[in-house]
Amino acid sequence: MIPDDFTYAAPTNLPQVWDLLRQHEGDAKILAGGQSHIPLMKLRLASPAYLIDLRNVPGLTTLAERDGSLIIGAMVTETTLERSPLVRQRYAGIYDASAVVADPIVRNFATVGGNVAHADPANDHPAMLLALRANVTLQGSRGSRTMSLDDFMVDTFETALQGDEVLSEIRVPSPPPQSGSAYIKLERKVGDYAIAAVGAAVTLENGVCSRVGIGLTNVGPKAIRATQAETFLTGKQPDDASIRETARLAADAAQPTTDLHGPADYKRAMVQTLTARVLRLAVQRATAGGGQ
Amino acid sequence: MTQHVKLTINGRPYEADVPSRLLLVHFIREVAGLTGTHIGCDTTSCGACTVLVNGTPAKSCTLFAVQTDGANISTVEGLEQGGTLHPIQEGFYEEHGLQCGFCTPGMMMTSIAFLQENPDPTDDEIRHAISGNLCRCTGYMQIVKAVQYAARKMRDEQATPNTADSSAATATEAEVIR
Ligand SMILES: Cc1cc2nc3c(=O)[nH]c(=O)nc-3n(C[C@H](O)[C@H](O)[C@H](O)COP(=O)(O)OP(=O)(O)OC[C@H]3O[C@@H](n4cnc5c(N)ncnc54)[C@H](O)[C@@H]3O)c2cc1C
Ligand code: FES
Ligand code: FES
Repeated sequence: MIPDDFTYAAPTNLPQVWDLLRQHEGDAKILAGGQSHIPLMKLRLASPAYLIDLRNVPGLTTLAERDGSLIIGAMVTETTLERSPLVRQRYAGIYDASAVVADPIVRNFATVGGNVAHADPANDHPAMLLALRANVTLQGSRGSRTMSLDDFMVDTFETALQGDEVLSEIRVPSPPPQSGSAYIKLERKVGDYAIAAVGAAVTLENGVCSRVGIGLTNVGPKAIRATQAETFLTGKQPDDASIRETARLAADAAQPTTDLHGPADYKRAMVQTLTARVLRLAVQRATAGGGQ
Repeated sequence: MTQHVKLTINGRPYEADVPSRLLLVHFIREVAGLTGTHIGCDTTSCGACTVLVNGTPAKSCTLFAVQTDGANISTVEGLEQGGTLHPIQEGFYEEHGLQCGFCTPGMMMTSIAFLQENPDPTDDEIRHAISGNLCRCTGYMQIVKAVQYAARKMRDEQATPNTADSSAATATEAEVIR
C-alpha cells in the first residue's frame, strides 16, 4: 500500500516545528513513531501534504522524577517505559499499559506522546494516565500551557492542541506512600486493541482509600474517567462489597457500542469484571508498599 | 517530493534520491535489491518485514526510508559470513524452524536483537519476544527451539571468542549484527 505523496521535514528544534506547522496550517502533520499515522497514510485515511518528524528535536525524551512528578517526554518510546525500573517500581500501572500496547516491535517506535495525541479511544495510555491524574504540557510559538489530561482529550481523534502547538511532555504526580496502580486489558491476541481495559490508581490512609482514580479504554468515544465510581470508593475501605459496587458504577460510566469485538452489554460486563480485578491489584500493590 | 537518503545496509553504503513516501522495506527490496526482507501483511501486523535499525527491530513496512536516513540497517542477507551460517540460521536449519520460510527473515532479525539483551532466555521469554512476528506454518514450537539452539551456540562462542571470523572485512560487518 502506497501513501499519497508528501513533503518530509525533520527540523532540529521546536521553533522550526512551529514555523512549519504555521506555514502549512491544516496541511501538516507531526510524525512521532509513525506506528499509528503511517498505517493511516498507507490506507489513505490520512494524506497530509507535509510530515514534520520530531525525531531530531532535542528535549522530548526525558524520563525522570522531578519536583514531585514523573516527567515523560512525548518522544519516550513504549519500550523505554517498559524497561525503566523507575516506572516499573513506582508507576506499575504505566508499566502494565506499556507492556500491552501493540507488540514488542511496534513498541520500539511507538511513543507515549503519540499514544495520547492520537486520541484513539482504543489507545491504552490515556485511561491509565487519567486514573493517575496526569497533566500534559503543550508548547507553541505563543508559549507553553499545562492542562489536565481530562481537558486535553476532547473527543475521538480530537485533542486540545491548537495552531502550532506540540505535546511536549506528560506529568504524572508522584504517588504518596501506600499508593498502587494497575492496568488490565482484555484482548483477543497480542497486537489487538482492547475489547475493554481499565486502569486504576489507589492511595490508602489508615486502611481507607484517600484517593481513587479509574479510567476506561475503548468503551466510548474517548478514554473515560469513571467519576462516580471514584467518588464512591473514596473514604471507604476497599473491601469486597465496596469494590463490587465501585465496579458496577464504572460499568455504568462506560458507553460501549456493539461491533466486531462483541455486543455493548458484553463490553459493559467486562468493564465491571476488569474494574474489580484491577482495583484489587492496585490495592494489593498499595498495601505491599514497594511495587506501586 | 524526492529526498536524498543514505543508508548503510549490512555494512555497505546505499544512497539514492527517493520519494518521501517510499517505505523502508521498498528501499531495501527495490533500491538496494535485497529481497530477503519480505512483505507479508503490509499492515504492521505480521513482522515478516522486520529489520534492525541501528540494532533495534523495526517493521520496515511502517517506516519511511527518509525517517531512517543515516541509519545502520541489518537484514537477513548480512547474517551469513564467508559461507558460515549465523548461529540463528543454523538454529532454524537444525531445529526445523521453518516450513515455507516466509516469516523466517523477520523471525531471525527479531531473535538476534532479543538474544543480545537476553542471552539465556526461557521459552516463555522467547515467545514474548517474537509475539510481533506471525508464522502460519510451524506452530512456533520449532521456532522456539531454533532460538534456544542459537542462544546456546552464541553463549558458547562468547565463551571461546574469535573462532569463526578470520578476515578483517567480515569481522566489522559481523559486529553490526552479532
Ligand atoms: C499493529 C498495531 C497494533 C497496535 N496496538 C495498539 C494497542 O493495543 N494499544 C495502543 O494503545 N496502541 C496500539 N497501537 C498504536 C501504537 O501504539 C501507536 O503507534 C501509538 O499509539 C502512537 O504513537 P506514535 O509515536 O507511533 O505516533 P504517530 O503515529 O507518529 O502519531 C500519531 C498521531 O499523534 C500525533 N502526534 C504524535 N506525537 C505528537 C506530539 N508530540 N505532539 C502533537 N501531536 C503528536 C501525530 O500527528 C498523529 O496524528 C498499535 C499500532 C499497530 C501498528
Ligand atoms: S509486512 Fe510489515 S508487519 Fe507485515
Ligand atoms: S514458516 Fe511459513 S510462515 Fe513461518
